[in-house]
Amino acid sequence: MIQHRPLAQIFAIPLVIAIASTVGLISALVGDGWWDAVSWAALGLPVLLYLVFVWRRQPN
Amino acid sequence: MLLLCITGLPLIFHEQIDDLLHEQVKAAEVPAGTPQANLDRLLANALAQAPGKVPHFLIWDRDDPNAMFVSVGPTIDADPTKNLLIRMDSHTGAYLDAPDVTARFTYIMLKLHTDMFAGLPGKLFLGLMGILFCVAIISGIVVYAPSMRKLRFGAYRGHRTRVVRWLDVHNLAGILLVAWTLVVGFTGVINTWADLVVKLWQYGQLTEMTAQYRDRPVPSKLTSINAAVEVASRAVPGMTASFVAFPGSFFSSKSHYAVFLHGETPLTSRLLKPALIDAETGKLTDTRDMPWYVSTLFISQPLHFGDYGGMPLKIVWALLDILTIFILVTGIYLWWRRRKAGVSQERAIANAASIDNPVLSS
Repeated sequence: MIQHRPLAQIFAIPLVIAIASTVGLISALVGDGWWDAVSWAALGLPVLLYLVFVWRRQPN
Repeated sequence: MLLLCITGLPLIFHEQIDDLLHEQVKAAEVPAGTPQANLDRLLANALAQAPGKVPHFLIWDRDDPNAMFVSVGPTIDADPTKNLLIRMDSHTGAYLDAPDVTARFTYIMLKLHTDMFAGLPGKLFLGLMGILFCVAIISGIVVYAPSMRKLRFGAYRGHRTRVVRWLDVHNLAGILLVAWTLVVGFTGVINTWADLVVKLWQYGQLTEMTAQYRDRPVPSKLTSINAAVEVASRAVPGMTASFVAFPGSFFSSKSHYAVFLHGETPLTSRLLKPALIDAETGKLTDTRDMPWYVSTLFISQPLHFGDYGGMPLKIVWALLDILTIFILVTGIYLWWRRRKAGVSQERAIANAASIDNPVLSS
């Protein structure tokens, strides 16, 4: 069991993901080609992470 | 919200679904660089197919450069949302077809998604729902902190009761998608104000741009629309025509062709710029950038539809939408369990997070 975690720790990973999503939302607006690819990857990341976490769910 | 997420899902792929479900006449295949048909001839061909109707708009198809639409109504001041769309070949100027889109699956989904067949009140109601959705997301972020105080990111307590397990996946999916759901939710809200934004623009900028024409009579004979589009394209270099509003129609004054042009990048292709052409003399009278509130609406559209990064982005959009449906369903379940049990969720979480107590975690 982990001890009480401070807010900064709780929101560290969510913040990184939110920033990545925002970059993904904007990049496809800015240009085509690579910009689109960045957007697919950045917005696909949350979906992928969700699947990874649900896949290797385990009692902790 | 569930209704919006579910009807939104097929709308992401509306073009593909329409292609699949409905036959449409293909425009002629032409080599790249083939010049466009003369628009006056194209218009005459279209009107020959709709006797007694008057043209409101001439629209270039965003998705198919070989086709364009002529939107016609019974009179020039008739409600343009009831217009008939005539599809024309943009290179040969020939008539293709005029399908009744209102019977289509995608149209019904779109109506359910935007106004539930209730017009402006329906839109504003759904806009309010959208605002509540955003509020719910923010409150979700707030309660995420206490529930995760003793848990690692993405923790899943597989050996606990269903409430706890569902809370864990709800929290995980919710926090992963938070940026996307907020953006799609809020841009959706902005889209529900589209009608009001257009009205504001009509009374603001459009009235200003056409002020000196206010007392002029309606032109008896219109100049060439082909020439009008050419004049507008020359006046605004680097932009291409998106649609033309005929004099007296919803998006113009009674004396002008309003040619709306768009840029070439994914962003600027959404930002329209009007160029007004005097329909009696064929001369440019004014062209201005749209005010900020219209630009905001234009930018919020792709961010809501997810149609600005090709097919892969649409697929990602659909996956995110499915996950959002899942968040909503687990959220409803958690709320319902909490009501039924009368037990504070906070306490359930606190209990679940502390040392496993066999009595509490049956």
